[in-house]
Amino acid sequence: MEAATGHAAPMTTGPSGQTCGIARTELLDVRSLSVAFRTPHGDLPVIRDICFTVAAGERVGIVGESGCGKTVTGLTVLRLLPERSLRLSGRIIFGGRDLLTLSARQMRALRGCEIAMIFQDPTSALDPVFTIGDQIGEAYRAHFPTTRKEARERAIAALASVGIPAPERRCDDYPHHLSGGMRQRVMIAMALICEPKLLIADEPTTALDVTVQAQIIELLSRLSERMKTTLIFITHDLGVVAEICTRMITMYAGEIVEDAPVDDVLVTPRHPYTAGLLRSLPGLAARRSALPSIPGRVPQLGQMPKGCRFQPRCQHALARCAKPQTLSEFSASHHVRCTRAREITLAGVVTV
Amino acid sequence: MTAISHSTPTTAERPIISVRDLRVLFRTPGGKDPIRAVDGVDFDVQPGETLGIIGESGSGKTSLGRALVSLITPDSGQILHDGLDPTTLRGARFRAHRRDYQIIFQDPSAALDPRMTVLDSVAEPLAIVRAADDAARRREALAMLARVGLPRDLAERYPHQLSGGQKQRVNIARALMLRPKVIVCDEVVAALDVSLRGEILNLFADLQRAFGLTYIFITHDIAVVSHISDRIAVIYLGKLMELGAADAVMGEPLHPYTQALLSAEPLALPAALRPKRRIMLEGEVPNPAAPPSGCRFRTRCPVARPRCASEAPLWREVTPGHSVACHFAEVAGRPQRDAILSTSMQK
Ligand SMILES: Nc1ncnc2c1ncn2[C@@H]1O[C@H](COP(=O)(O)OP(=O)(O)OP(=O)(O)O)[C@@H](O)[C@H]1O
Ligand SMILES: Nc1ncnc2c1ncn2[C@@H]1O[C@H](COP(=O)(O)OP(=O)(O)OP(=O)(O)O)[C@@H](O)[C@H]1O
Ligand code: SF4
Ligand code: SF4
Ligand SMILES: [Mg+2]
Ligand SMILES: [Mg+2]
Repeated sequence: MEAATGHAAPMTTGPSGQTCGIARTELLDVRSLSVAFRTPHGDLPVIRDICFTVAAGERVGIVGESGCGKTVTGLTVLRLLPERSLRLSGRIIFGGRDLLTLSARQMRALRGCEIAMIFQDPTSALDPVFTIGDQIGEAYRAHFPTTRKEARERAIAALASVGIPAPERRCDDYPHHLSGGMRQRVMIAMALICEPKLLIADEPTTALDVTVQAQIIELLSRLSERMKTTLIFITHDLGVVAEICTRMITMYAGEIVEDAPVDDVLVTPRHPYTAGLLRSLPGLAARRSALPSIPGRVPQLGQMPKGCRFQPRCQHALARCAKPQTLSEFSASHHVRCTRAREITLAGVVTV
Repeated sequence: MTAISHSTPTTAERPIISVRDLRVLFRTPGGKDPIRAVDGVDFDVQPGETLGIIGESGSGKTSLGRALVSLITPDSGQILHDGLDPTTLRGARFRAHRRDYQIIFQDPSAALDPRMTVLDSVAEPLAIVRAADDAARRREALAMLARVGLPRDLAERYPHQLSGGQKQRVNIARALMLRPKVIVCDEVVAALDVSLRGEILNLFADLQRAFGLTYIFITHDIAVVSHISDRIAVIYLGKLMELGAADAVMGEPLHPYTQALLSAEPLALPAALRPKRRIMLEGEVPNPAAPPSGCRFRTRCPVARPRCASEAPLWREVTPGHSVACHFAEVAGRPQRDAILSTSMQK
C-alpha cells in the first residue's frame, strides 16, 4: 500500500485509517489510484493517489474545476480508458474484487450490469441509427438473455419509470427526435435497466436548463432510493451536490483534497481550496459587490509543485506546505489534505 | 416615436435602447410555420445600467441580443438606439453607428481567429474602421490588454495557447477597442469555472465604472444574473414574462414562471437551510413555431386556469417599474406562490 502511493509521505492515522482501511462494508474502495497518460514526451500524470470509499446506498459527489481529473477517475473505475496508453497503479475494490485485475471480458460482464455510467453528453452516447427502445432493450439483453419481446417490454417500463410520456410510442423514436432532457432520461433508463449496484453519473445535468435539471435530479434521487443504487455524482456545480449527495469529495489538480459529509463541508470546509470554491459562488456575495476569487491558476499537468499542489495559490501557505501532503483524518468522517487544517478557520457558505 | 438626431446628448430620461413590439422570425426549409424566436417584446434600457435577461434554452435570448446590436434585422417592430432607428442608416453611417453597440458571445474560442495573435485580434476592429496608424493601433491594443488584466507577454500568443478565461479577456478587450456605449454579453461566463467566473464578472463591473458602459447580460444562470443586474427581464418562448428591479424580481417574483425558475436553482446550502418545497415544472419548453394559445406558459403553469388558454395576458406595469404578463399578477406575489406550492405539494 505505502509503496503504491509512490512518495515518502508519513503514514499517520490518515489514509490508512480511513480510505484505504477496512472499517465499513464498502461497495467501492479505491486505493491509491494513480493514472498517467503515456505521451511521446513522457508520462503525463493526471490523477494521483486517489483514495476513497463508497458505502452501499451512499450518494457521493465529486467536485472540482475543469481538468482536475473527475472524469478520468470515473472512467478508470469502469476501465473505459484506452489502457495501452495509460500507466495505472492502485486498486479498485468493488464487491470484494480488484477491478484492475479483471480481464476485458469480465469487465464487460460487470459494466452496465453491476456498475453503470451516465455521461454529460447523451447525444454521443446514444447510437443515432437505432431506436431508443432497441438500445435500452439491448442493454438488458447484453446481460440477461431474453426474447426481443420481453426486452421491449422492459424498455417500455424503463421509459415509463423515467417519466417519458407515451413510452409505447416513444420506444420507436430515434435519439434525434428527442430533446436534450428526454435524451438524458433515456440514458438514465438505459443505465438503470439492469439495476446496477453502482451508478456513476458524469455531469448528467450540466447541459440542461435549471427546470429540466431539477426534474432529472429529482428522478435520480427517487430511483436511486427505490432501487438502492449507490451513486457517484460528478459535477462542478456545488448546488447540485448539496441537493443530491450525502458526501462531497473535492478534487484539485488530480488529487483529492477534501472528503466529508456535504452539510459538514458546506458549513465548515477544512481545505483552503474548498473554502475558495464556496466563497466564489455568486449567490453568496452581496449583489453587485466584488466576487471573491481564487488568485492564480491551476498548475499545468507535469508541472505540479512537489508539495501541496494548492500552495502557489494559497493564502495560508507556510514553509512546511512545500512537503507532500497526505489526505489525513480530521474527524471520523472528514478527511483533508492540508497540514494546517487544524490551525486555520475557514468560512463556509453560512457564518456559524 | 420619431428618430432624433444622433448628436443630442444622452440623458437619464432617454433610453439608450428602446424596444417596441419586436419580432424575430426564422423560416426553416421544411417547416411551414416560422420559428417565433422573439415574438412581440417591449422594454427600454437606461444608459449605464445592467439589464439581465434570463430564460431557458431556446427562449430567444441570443436572437434578441443579436437584434439589439443590429446583427439581425427585425421582422417587425422597432429598436431605437439612443432615439435613432439604425435600420434607416446606410453604408458608412451604419458602420460608424454600430461601433457603439457590441456583442460578446459565450464561446471565446469561436470568436477569435486562430491564425491571428492576441495583439492583432485586439487591434483588428480599429484596422477595420481604419482608425489610427499601425503603431497607434498596437499601442491602444496593448493598453487595452493591460486594462483587462492580461500580461504583456500574452500579446504575441495565438488563441490555442490561452486558457478559457484568458481567451474571454481577449474578447472583452476586442469589444472595448471601439469604445462602445452598449455591450450585449451573451453567456459570457457560462464556459468558465466558478473561480474564474468571479474574476471576469468583477472585470465587467470595473469596466462599466471606467467607461460608463451599458450592459445587456444574457444568461441562464440565476446566481450570475442576480449578482450583476440592476434590472432583470425573464423571457419565455420569445415573450417577456416579467421585468423589474433585480431585488423585486429575485425577492418577490410576480410571475409563476419566474417563481418556478428561481425555485429550481440548486442552492449550495446545507439541508436545514434549503427551502423544503420546490415548484416542479412539468415537461419542457414547447415548440416555438407553434406556441400555445393564450398565455404561452399555460402548458406548464401550475396555476393555469381556463382563461389562460383563450386570452393572452397583457404586458403591464403592475407596480411602478415592475411589469408582468400574467392574468393574475395583481393577486400579488407571495400568496400566489404559496398557492402554487400547496397545490404542487398535494400531488
Ligand atoms: N486521453 C487523454 N490524453 C491526455 N490527457 C488527457 C486525456 N483525457 C484527459 N486528459 C487530461 O487529464 C486531465 C483530467 O481530465 P478530466 O477529463 O478528468 O477532467 P475533469 O475534471 O472531468 O474536467 P471537466 O470538468 O472539464 O470535465 C485534464 O488535464 C485533461 O486534459
Ligand atoms: N439561425 C436560425 N435559424 C433557425 N432557427 C433559429 C436560428 N437561430 C435561432 N433559432 C431558433 O430560435 C429559437 C430561439 O433561439 P435562441 O438562440 O435565440 O435561444 P436562446 O434563448 O439564446 O437559447 P440558448 O440558451 O440555448 O442559447 C430557438 O427555437 C432556435 O432553435
Ligand atoms: S497545505 Fe499549506 S499550502 Fe496547502 S492548502 Fe494547506 S495551508 Fe495551503
Ligand atoms: S396567465 Fe395563466 S397560464 Fe399564464 S402565467 Fe398566469 S396563471 Fe399561468
Ligand atoms: Mg469531466
Ligand atoms: Mg443563446
